[in-house]
Amino acid sequence: MENLEGLAAEAAAKIGAATDAQTLDQVRVEYLGKKGHITALLKGLGGLSAEERPAAGAEINRVKEALSEQISECKLRLDQAAVDARLDAEKIDVTLSGRGQHAGGLHPVTRTIERISAFFGSIGFDVVEGPEIEDDYHNFEALNIPAHHPARAMHDTFYVDESTVLRTHTSPVQVRVMESSEPPMKLICPGRVYRCDSDLTHTPMFHQVEGLLISEDTSFADLKGMLESFLRSFFEKELSVRFRPSYFPFTEPSAEVDIQCVMCGGEGCRVCSQTGWIEILGCGMVHPSVFAASNIDAERFTGFAFGLGVERLAMLRYGVNDLRLFFENDLRFLGQFK
Amino acid sequence: MKFSEQWLREWVNPAVDTEQLAARLTMAGLEVDAIDPVAGKFTGVVVAEIVSAESHPDAEKLQVCGVNNGSEVVQIVCGAANARVGIKVPLATLGAVLPGDFKIKKAKLRGVESFGMLCAEQELGLAEKSDGLMELPADAPLGVDIRQYLDLDDTVIELGLTPNRADCLSVRGIARETAVLSELPFVETPVAAVSASIDDILPITVAATEDCPRYVGRIIRNVDVSKPSPLWLQEKLRRCGLRSIDAVVDVTNFILLELGQPMHAFDLDKIQGGIVVRHAQAGESLTLLDGQTIDVREGSLLIADEKQALALAGIMGGEPSSVTDASQHLFLEAAFFAPDKIAGRARSYGLHTDSSHRFERGVDFELPARAIERATALIIEICGGQAGPLSSANNQLPARDPIMLREKRIEKLLGMALTQDEVESILRGLGMAVSAIDGGWSVTAPSWRFDISIEVDLLEELARVYGYNRLPVTPMSDTLTIRPAPESLRGMPQVRQQLVARGYQEAITYSFIDPVMHQAMSEGESGVELLNPISADMSIMRTSLLPGLLKTAMHNAKRQQSRIRLFESGQRFIKSDTGLKQTPTLAALLTGRREPESWSESGELVDFYDLKADLESLLSVSTAAISFVPAKYTALHPGQTADVYCDDKRIGRIGALHPSLQARWDFVNPVYLFEIDQQPLLQRGVPVFSELSRFPEVRRDLALIVDRQLAAADVLTAVRNSAGEHLSDLKLFDIYQGKGIDPERKSLALGLTFRHSSRTLNEEEVSQSVDAVVHTLKEAFGASLRN
Repeated sequence: MENLEGLAAEAAAKIGAATDAQTLDQVRVEYLGKKGHITALLKGLGGLSAEERPAAGAEINRVKEALSEQISECKLRLDQAAVDARLDAEKIDVTLSGRGQHAGGLHPVTRTIERISAFFGSIGFDVVEGPEIEDDYHNFEALNIPAHHPARAMHDTFYVDESTVLRTHTSPVQVRVMESSEPPMKLICPGRVYRCDSDLTHTPMFHQVEGLLISEDTSFADLKGMLESFLRSFFEKELSVRFRPSYFPFTEPSAEVDIQCVMCGGEGCRVCSQTGWIEILGCGMVHPSVFAASNIDAERFTGFAFGLGVERLAMLRYGVNDLRLFFENDLRFLGQFK
Repeated sequence: MKFSEQWLREWVNPAVDTEQLAARLTMAGLEVDAIDPVAGKFTGVVVAEIVSAESHPDAEKLQVCGVNNGSEVVQIVCGAANARVGIKVPLATLGAVLPGDFKIKKAKLRGVESFGMLCAEQELGLAEKSDGLMELPADAPLGVDIRQYLDLDDTVIELGLTPNRADCLSVRGIARETAVLSELPFVETPVAAVSASIDDILPITVAATEDCPRYVGRIIRNVDVSKPSPLWLQEKLRRCGLRSIDAVVDVTNFILLELGQPMHAFDLDKIQGGIVVRHAQAGESLTLLDGQTIDVREGSLLIADEKQALALAGIMGGEPSSVTDASQHLFLEAAFFAPDKIAGRARSYGLHTDSSHRFERGVDFELPARAIERATALIIEICGGQAGPLSSANNQLPARDPIMLREKRIEKLLGMALTQDEVESILRGLGMAVSAIDGGWSVTAPSWRFDISIEVDLLEELARVYGYNRLPVTPMSDTLTIRPAPESLRGMPQVRQQLVARGYQEAITYSFIDPVMHQAMSEGESGVELLNPISADMSIMRTSLLPGLLKTAMHNAKRQQSRIRLFESGQRFIKSDTGLKQTPTLAALLTGRREPESWSESGELVDFYDLKADLESLLSVSTAAISFVPAKYTALHPGQTADVYCDDKRIGRIGALHPSLQARWDFVNPVYLFEIDQQPLLQRGVPVFSELSRFPEVRRDLALIVDRQLAAADVLTAVRNSAGEHLSDLKLFDIYQGKGIDPERKSLALGLTFRHSSRTLNEEEVSQSVDAVVHTLKEAFGASLRN
């Protein structure tokens, strides 16, 4: 039986040396195949005595199993190595950029309008749009601004003809809604507005979001509460907000709203002209004449309106320092708003 | 409105500093725009007199002056043209520091020593610009510090007043407001009537009584207009932004600033007969004080005499009747012109004056007599003369009807109740007559308020003086009304987001465009023109969004951007027989590489089908039949353009920019554009589930040879119509032209997929369908199967 140990050692060496599946299989056939050396030994058991046979058989089977196991292990190892080699060959540079389009972006004005609309939409305001070439009546008269009213001088109106203008604010949309539906109502009207003015801080076209709420019990306190919530939500900051008396023909009482400067936190800087405050919007309680123009009973209903300058909000929110950039549409500018 | 803080404090003097005073005004609705010192920061400047002046030996333009500084005569070299013996001027002594930290030291000018500097107003920060030395009054005391002499420790406060607050266009008005805000009494400066020392009266006839309900005048004889205005008067005017002209003009301007009453002084000798206030007749003209001669429009309000127009009432005086140095006798005017009658008049002549600004907004109609008395006293004090009696014409003055103010309404609108005492003291402080009635008050507005006519006007006054920021804040607590949101509608945000995800950048361009671009792109649609455009290249309202996108692309192409993907949404404006259409529209532009330059792309350029895919993706939500029909536009490539139809309605167009325009506008690569109405993009189908078939599908591919010009869509439609009900999918997966095929023909490869919902289709059924398709295509288009 010394032969058996010798064969085992010899086979083990050959298994260990195998580097591919084919060689390994040859080794298996050589020792464990039908004509293999170990198989031959098993066949030779018949030549032994009945006493010797069980022990010798057991011994040969032990070696056979051990070799089988070694071959399986080696096969596994070789398979794994083959997989590894393939994976290695397939390795790519995952740091290269992906294929296809890059995402574009929204214009910052649209982005801001959508943000404003989302806030007011979440508290039940409808979003309404209206014509940009507007008649004098809806742009002025119905808003308590008769011809020659000094407030018209504040508007720098573009005229199409004597009685047709480019809307100077989005307020006429409110009038159109009031004319065609019954209170209570809650709506905002975002859109383009036009003033005949062009310099460092004015563009002849800009955007406003006008808001209107009419119910049977709306007070100035509600207006204050809602606008404070809006401004704090928009800037995501617990800002100080102050209301200053002002004048708009279509509201009474009227107010300008200032927020604590978002650039300097109220310390005083160039953006807030060292005052610590930034004028952000105009608002007020709807004037009875405006109600009257739309046949709404001003004794029964009260309401408030406000107007936001979208570019101004966008400039403060994103730190844009030049209004004119919004309409140059330089891709290097627009691309900053992903 | 600019005013001097000291002047205000002469009227009412609250115990707060300048900043607090300004904050108080701002928070009451009189917004302080600026606070500036009345003079620059300087020290060491005294009143001095030039006692000798000789030419500089080596410099033509310089003089060597002996200057008495109150204690000695020092030598100063001076270059000012008005330097001359006998005038008193400010002297910056050695060691003085002028604005800008400019230190005065001993100097040698062209070899002559100079011990200080004589100053102009500009150098002391008293004026933006000045011409020569500042000349002080002859009685200015030598050696006294200029800051003290001119009382320069004062600030100028500038208010940005809203048009409703004309009552604050005077120191008196601001003082009244300051008093009520500071809870101090407001005391009118008493104005004593000047008793007449002569009997002369100029007859006053008011023909236009509605326009001019009150006209007050007075003759003053034997005045010496050459007398200069006293320093205090000049300084007050200067601080409020007005230049000293002559004593009479200065006094009327002073009254304007102090009381808010615009006044005018005529040279009495230039008035023929009496004063007539009337509307202009056709053909009248007038030379105004600013030198221009205007044709007065019929109906404009004039101050005239019996012969001719003298002044544009409430706007500007006339040059011929104006007061000059030579005038001996004056006629002073103070009137009340009705705001609604005078509004817009000045602007219609391209004028805007201190006077028109006030009259349009409303001037206290009880003020004219008071203003004349005050002006008369000052003129006589400065220029001498004898006053005649006041004469006036009075008609229907503006009504001041009592307004009912309800206690309950205060609470309802302001969200809080005010006490009776608060209400009454605020309103009385503002000059209103207040009497308590059942449930509230009866309130009458004063003659100087033109913005108080209904109850809410009073509510605003209460809120304003009480303080907007002291009023309560109600947290949002609205009950939501949930509105049904139809699923068949989507919003533009979703459309825009879809384009953004496909690599487009949104642009927002001006709605008014260059007529040249309009002409090129409008296809003859007529645009709305502006009467007063900001510039010629922004003068026409766009009928298409494409010019704006093209201009944006050009702008960026000039900045080394060659791959451009843009879109814009907005209205376009088209004039038609039925009126003006303002159509919400979406447009996009594509040019340059298909993909961003990278290691993985080959530099291929976009073509028509890239843009079309993007448009199709937007329209894929629609349940309507979308079709693209070849179309021609002068601005677009004749072979690469289609109209887009939604069912039978044309909703837009898509195509390549015409190569000639591409070249004209310097685009290196072809440019593709679409423009489409927004509305169909927002209509989407609500999905309806259909059962999934458990049975296998069968696919058959066909290669057909057809005429080269045949539109693929026609073939596909014919296939769909003839393949029978089991056709579940149809693809056109290859197009071939070239070798092996008649050059006038092309090969289309079609993949037809068949499926039955409840059983397996048999071979025969599929073959029948395919045969039907082949037969139809052969009949309709002469198609043949490719071998």
